[in-house]
Formats: sequence, C-alpha cells, structure tokens
Amino acid sequence: MSLRIKVNGVLHDLEVDPEMPLLWVLRDVLGLTGTKYGCGQALCGACSVHLDGRVIRSCVTPVRRAEGRAITTIEGLSATGDHPLQRAWIELAVPQCGYCQAGQIMAAAALLAENPEPTDDDIDRSMAGNLCRCGTYTRIRTAIKRAAKPSAPTEGSP
Amino acid sequence: MLEHLHRRSFLASFGLAASGLALGIVPRNAHGGAAEWQPSVFIHIAQTSLVTLVCHRSEMGQGIRSSLAHLLADELGANIDQVKLLQADGDPVYGDQNTDGSSSIRKRYTELRRLAAAVRVLLTQAAAKTLRVSAKSLTVADGIVSHPASGRSLPFGELIDAARKLHPIDPAKAELLPRSALRYIGAPALRSLDAPAYVTGAAIYGADVRPSGLWIAVIARPPVVGSTVRTYDDTKALAVPGVRAVVRMPDPQPPYAFKPWGGIAILADNTWAALRGRDALILEWSSSVHDTYDSTAFRSTLREAAQKPGTVRRTRGDLEAALAQADKVFEREYYVPHLPHVPMEPPTATAIYREGRVEIWASTQNPQAVQKAVAELLGIHAAAVTVHVTFLGGGFGRKSKADFATEAAYLAKHTGSPVRVQWTREDDIQHDYYNTVSYQHLTAGLDMDGRVTAWRHRTVFPPIRSVFDASANMPSPSDLQQGLLDLALDVEHIRVETGAAPAHVRIGWLRSVYNIFHAFATNVFIDELAAETGADPVATLLGVIGPPRILSLEDLGIGALGNYGASLEEHPVDAGRLRAVVERCAELCRWTRQRKRGRALGIAAHRSFLAYVAVVIALQQREGRIHIDEAWVVVDAGLIVNPDQARAQMEGALVFGLSHALFGGVTFREGRAEQSNFHDLRLLRIGDAPRRVHIELVESEAPPAGIGEPGVPPVAPALSNAYFAMTGVRLREFPMAKAFGFDR
Repeated sequence: MSLRIKVNGVLHDLEVDPEMPLLWVLRDVLGLTGTKYGCGQALCGACSVHLDGRVIRSCVTPVRRAEGRAITTIEGLSATGDHPLQRAWIELAVPQCGYCQAGQIMAAAALLAENPEPTDDDIDRSMAGNLCRCGTYTRIRTAIKRAAKPSAPTEGSP
Repeated sequence: MLEHLHRRSFLASFGLAASGLALGIVPRNAHGGAAEWQPSVFIHIAQTSLVTLVCHRSEMGQGIRSSLAHLLADELGANIDQVKLLQADGDPVYGDQNTDGSSSIRKRYTELRRLAAAVRVLLTQAAAKTLRVSAKSLTVADGIVSHPASGRSLPFGELIDAARKLHPIDPAKAELLPRSALRYIGAPALRSLDAPAYVTGAAIYGADVRPSGLWIAVIARPPVVGSTVRTYDDTKALAVPGVRAVVRMPDPQPPYAFKPWGGIAILADNTWAALRGRDALILEWSSSVHDTYDSTAFRSTLREAAQKPGTVRRTRGDLEAALAQADKVFEREYYVPHLPHVPMEPPTATAIYREGRVEIWASTQNPQAVQKAVAELLGIHAAAVTVHVTFLGGGFGRKSKADFATEAAYLAKHTGSPVRVQWTREDDIQHDYYNTVSYQHLTAGLDMDGRVTAWRHRTVFPPIRSVFDASANMPSPSDLQQGLLDLALDVEHIRVETGAAPAHVRIGWLRSVYNIFHAFATNVFIDELAAETGADPVATLLGVIGPPRILSLEDLGIGALGNYGASLEEHPVDAGRLRAVVERCAELCRWTRQRKRGRALGIAAHRSFLAYVAVVIALQQREGRIHIDEAWVVVDAGLIVNPDQARAQMEGALVFGLSHALFGGVTFREGRAEQSNFHDLRLLRIGDAPRRVHIELVESEAPPAGIGEPGVPPVAPALSNAYFAMTGVRLREFPMAKAFGFDR
C-alpha cells in the first residue's frame, strides 16, 4: 500500500505497512536517525516529533496517522541548527550523551510555541514525558527559560 | 558520525608505534607524507596548520572528547578552533581504551600532557632553527610560534618540514607548561565540541549506523539465565513481510562473560518487521538451574549469611573484646537490590563479515574487549576485528560488555549480510549485567560518651567475577576497596567480613559499582548512630571520620589496597579531604541554622575513584507529597581539567543516584526479571528532580581523581537521612518510592 507523508517540508511516497510506527519509517526507511528509539511504548519521549506542530511520540504513532499531515523532526526544526532552543542547549552545555536531547528539544519547542514564558511548573508538566538517564534536567529547565527570553539573564545553575 | 582513522593506511605508517612506543614520539621520517607530520599517534599536524587529535576514550556523555582535546591543545599551544578530533578504533597503539573506572583523565593527565609538550618543543626547536634565534626566545600560542623580540612568527604548518628532521624527544623528559601558561585546563566553560551535533540530530550513535544492505536483528533471548531453546516454530515469523531470516543463536556455556545470550534471532529489512517477526515466533525454553531464583527468597539467604561471622577482610584492634566491653552495641541492616543500567540508547551494534575479517560499529566503552570477544567467538585473530566506536547513548558500565557486539558478529558471519542487532528496552531491562544485590549488617560498639569504639561491617553479595568464573562467590579485594577497605574510620577496633553468595544472573559494573551500597549502608548507619546518641549528624560523621590525617594500610587494618590502580603516595586515603568536603557542604547549606528552622536535611560523604564527595539533600512537604527540594554537592577531585563538565557529572550523578534510591531494583521471580519497561522500572523525571542544585568544586592542585562515578554513592544515603530528618522513619533499602508517595 502506498502512502504519502511530508517530513520537514519534503514529500515522500512510501510502500510500507501503514501500521508501522512513524519512528521506524523515519529511521529505517527515510534514514532520518536524529529521532531516537528509547522504549517503544511512549514512556520516555526520545522519539518525540511534531505532527502539525504538536508533539507526538512517533514510536506508537502508526504512519497512516501522519498521512497528509506535516511532520517535523529534529533535522527540520531549524535550517541551520540555530533554533533558540538549540542555541540555548549549546550555550549551557545541556547534553551529556545527547541521545534523548532531540526528543527533549522537540518537546520544549512545542511547549514554547504554545506558552512563550513557561513557569517551572509548566516545564515540569510539559517535559514530564521525556526521560534523561544522564540527568540533565537542571540544565534543560534553565535552557528552556533562556530560549524563552533570550535577552534576560538566566538564573540558577550552571 | 564520529570521524575515524583510516586504520590500514595508518597502521602501515606506524610499524614502530605498535612495538611499544604507544605514547611515544616516533623517530623522524618514520611516517607522514609531506602534507602532514605525525609526531605521535595522538597528534598530527598538517601543512595547513590543522591539528588532528585522536580521542581514544569512548564518549558516553562525560564530555571526554572535549576534555581530552582541550588538554592536548593546551599543552601543545594550539587553538581549539584549529583542532579536528578523530575517534580511535581499538587500535593497540593507543593503549587500553576501556572507558571505565572514571579513569580517562586521572590515569592519563600527565602522560598526555607530556606527549603534547614534546611536540611543542620540537615545533619550537624547528622555529628556532628557521628563524636563527634561541628556542628560549620563542613563545607558542594559537598554533603559532612567535619571536616577540623581532615580531616574526611561524604557524605550525610551516614548521612541520623542519620539525620532522629533528631528533625526537622523550616525552617523559618534556617540560610541561607552568599552570599560569595554560588557557584551557581548568577554565570554567570549555566549549563542547560535540554539542552542535547532539542538538541537530547529526550525532551518529550505534543505533544510527546504516550500511547498505543492512538487516536489523532482534533476538528472543532465554528469559532465565542458563535456559536454552527447547523447540521453536518460525513459520509465522518468516511470513511477516520484511523478515529475511531466522537464526538460532549458539547456546552459551558458563562462564558467560561477553558471549551471545543464545535464543532465536529474527533478521529483517527494518526494525518493525523484526519486532513483529519476534512476536510471531512460537518457542519453548528449557528449564535452568536458575529457575528458582527469587528475589524475596534470595534476600533472606543473603540476610542469613550477613548475620553470621564471615571471612575477615579487614581487621584492626580486637573487635570481639571491644564489643564485649562496649557500653552499648548498636546493629542495623541494609539491603540494595539489583540495579539496572538502562542507558537511553539500548545496546546495539552493527557487523559486516567479509573474508575472515569483521568490521564492527558499536556503542562500546571498550572496543578492545569487543575485538577479543568477537575473535574468540569466531575463531579469528583480534587484529582481524576492526571496531569503530560511535557516540554512546549512555553507557554507565553496560556498554563495557561486548555481548551485543558478539551477537552482531555471529549473525553477520552466519547470514553473510551486514547486521545490526537492536536491543529493545525490554531486552535491556530483562537481560542486563545488573549491579549486584547486597545485604549488609553493621555493628557498632559505643562507650558511655557515645563514642564509637568498635565497628564491624559484614557485606554479602555475588561478585562480578562470577561472570568470568562461574564458581566465584566471594568478593575480591578490588571489590572491597570500594568503600570498605578504604573507609576512613577513627575507630580503634574494626573488622570487615564477607560471606559467600552465588550469582543467578549476569552481574556487572554499574557507575560507581559496589560503592553504591557500601556508601549507603555506612552513611545511613552513621546517621542512625547520631540519632541514637542524640548528636548532630554532621558532628557524628566528622567524629567517625576522625581528625585530618593520612591513613596508612596499618591504620586501615589491611595488607594492601588496590586504590583504583593508583599509588597511595599519589592518592592516599586522606581523612582531611573527606572532612573538608563535609564541612564545606554543611556550611553551604547552612546546616545548623536550617535544621533549627525545621528543614529536613540529610548528609552523606564518600571517597571513591580517588575523589571525595559530600552531598546534602533537602526535602519539603508540598501538596501532600514529599519533594526533593534542593541539593548541595561538594567535590574534591584534585585538579579538574573541565570544570563545567565536572559539574555536569555531579548534576547527573545526583539524578542517577536518586533514580536508584527511589525506584532501584530489578527483581526476579522463577528466574525471570519482573520489570520490563519504564512503566514498572521508573526513572526520575524532570518534575521529581530537585529544582535547586548547587555544585561546588574544591580548588585543588592535587593529582586529578575520578569525576564520572564519585558523585553517585553519597546520593541515596543523603536522601534516606533527609527522610529520617523529616519523618523519623528510617529507609534502609531501595526502592524508597512508596515512602515518597510514588506508586512504586
């Protein structure tokens, strides 16, 4: 069965099982490996991408549900890797191993799109689904606030 | 993708290097074309002045690539912006590449600096010759050798032809730059060279390797260690579109070491097909001697052993007499279950087999262990196995085991296709080399003033060695150095005893390893002693540590100490440094004032991997739940190359330690792991982590100590002690989740 999806502005016609999770379409079929596998059950957020601007867990989203809709992955978040979140992530050296960070950034981008000035509680709620085993949570929180208000001085560590 | 060396051509130019000049300067004219000078296997300089450095440690989030690059660039006199970093691929010319034991900097700091210094000296001599001035009149910075008196200067690239004609210098005799001349080492915010790749999805991890014609393999592994496939039917699995092959894996015989785990592999064009194929497999497992492994029952077995006298491993004074004479004898027990690694990237490796040679791409902490294990499995020479180290999506010790790479190598040879073995999260949690399970029984004798006069620590746990020697059931000295033999105690009569415990699962190193449970028991016990005697916990902790002093082997009551591979002269057991981090941490959190105000604070401190760390955790009641509100960490790890990354490691260790304490434990029933994914094996989430975290690095010129692991051990006891301060209830085992209002 053929279906058409749009990823980072590019249309793809695919011959795949429509039940295949979007994650494996992105990674194994399209070679967009920035989106990661962590659990396969929407428990860790490593596979987070945007579907029509809203964050979804691609590991449990059948590709048929993405048909005719716009998918954005970490590779398409910004043209040159300079989204305010990406800049803040680099400035504050947020990533340790980096594996979960694409998912963290995609979740944070969806948060900021809806709520340009999130409080700590807002961040806790929106980012609750994204695990980081390296434990970069403190810096993620700081970086989201910095990206939200790039001109304001950032409080707290580091 | 990490840029790798082109191994074959590289080796060809390095005949000498392989014969023992691992870190040495290779004699002139030995190698390198006109366009590039390779004075060392770690440092290449091009005519364009591009400096290529080789990182021989695996990057798993500790920032070692950036730290080593800055370390070498600094001593070389290069600018980090002119540096290109290559990743070593297990070649023996770089020496041991096993990235574990928090050893990358501490074991190589001086050696690598000397190497860079020797190259800088050659470049300086070359400039002196070219400019006809004395070498002493020259300065080196930003990859340029300058003669300030005349205003003349030469970039590195223009010096390589002259430099390669000079006599080589023994790095051991190369003079290091004075501290004042270093611009990167110890600077507060060194650039992370890999951060741009991490935040754009460009970084290639083991799971992202995609050679053409790749088959993805998932494996149904025996649910109980020692069981094997009795029968299987793959008809339905082979009918799944995209499934290419079904392969029965070899049954491993103990000792299991890094051998494949056995079971049935499904190979397919994509991961989804492989997973569906595995679901469609019908199979039956044989019974195993480990079918009866039951965590509840085993806890009792360990407990019984810990309550009996064991083998004496550390002794000082006359413990029995001291206990008999004590005014009060105080005993407590502590239990820590198997802890899993769960790196966010589950284990994965890719292999291509061609004409007796294997090429592997893996998220491995130890490429040379992969070479060895693959060579043994396939009956080929280790030199026929090339291992490309990718970025690791977390390691924590899991990826120092080569098992997943041997699986890939076996399947690549068996099918003739490039194969990537992908572990699922369920595979990862159910087939880990778990941190061991332990039961500890501590006894203190107190005099009338509440002073500790006798200290007995019994620890019982199956040792890691059981993976390599199936009969091993007693801790080795290097196991016990982790928080027992090296524990600074100001106690007259001491005895450490161990009991036997067989292993029923594969056991392995997990970030800070045995220190996790030894530091937990010791620090909670000390807090309990404080409560028992009505003393302040910080005062009791300092009292037990005793006055500032260096503890000799005799003081400790042991014959030898592994000391993480370091000499006691360079890295003594220093009670003064341990005290200092405790005192500073108490000061930072305003311990006394805050406690008087009723704030629930808990403290713990521990020496591991030659570093001294104190942690204070504050709890707060909010919305009917106890929150981990704030944390203070003070670390003395000697000289620190990359302070921001050292802070990051402490921040991460805090979260890692809290996950263990709150949710820690894979439990077994009928030999099978009872947890399978993040719903029943929880990790700390952002909202559960403390919002305010204060890290202080002690300024020190002492030799560098470990950073990646030492932050973990004090966390769980500090949490337990804070909980006692808040509730009066002791938490003497993991997981503590229920006490904190989590479901599990």
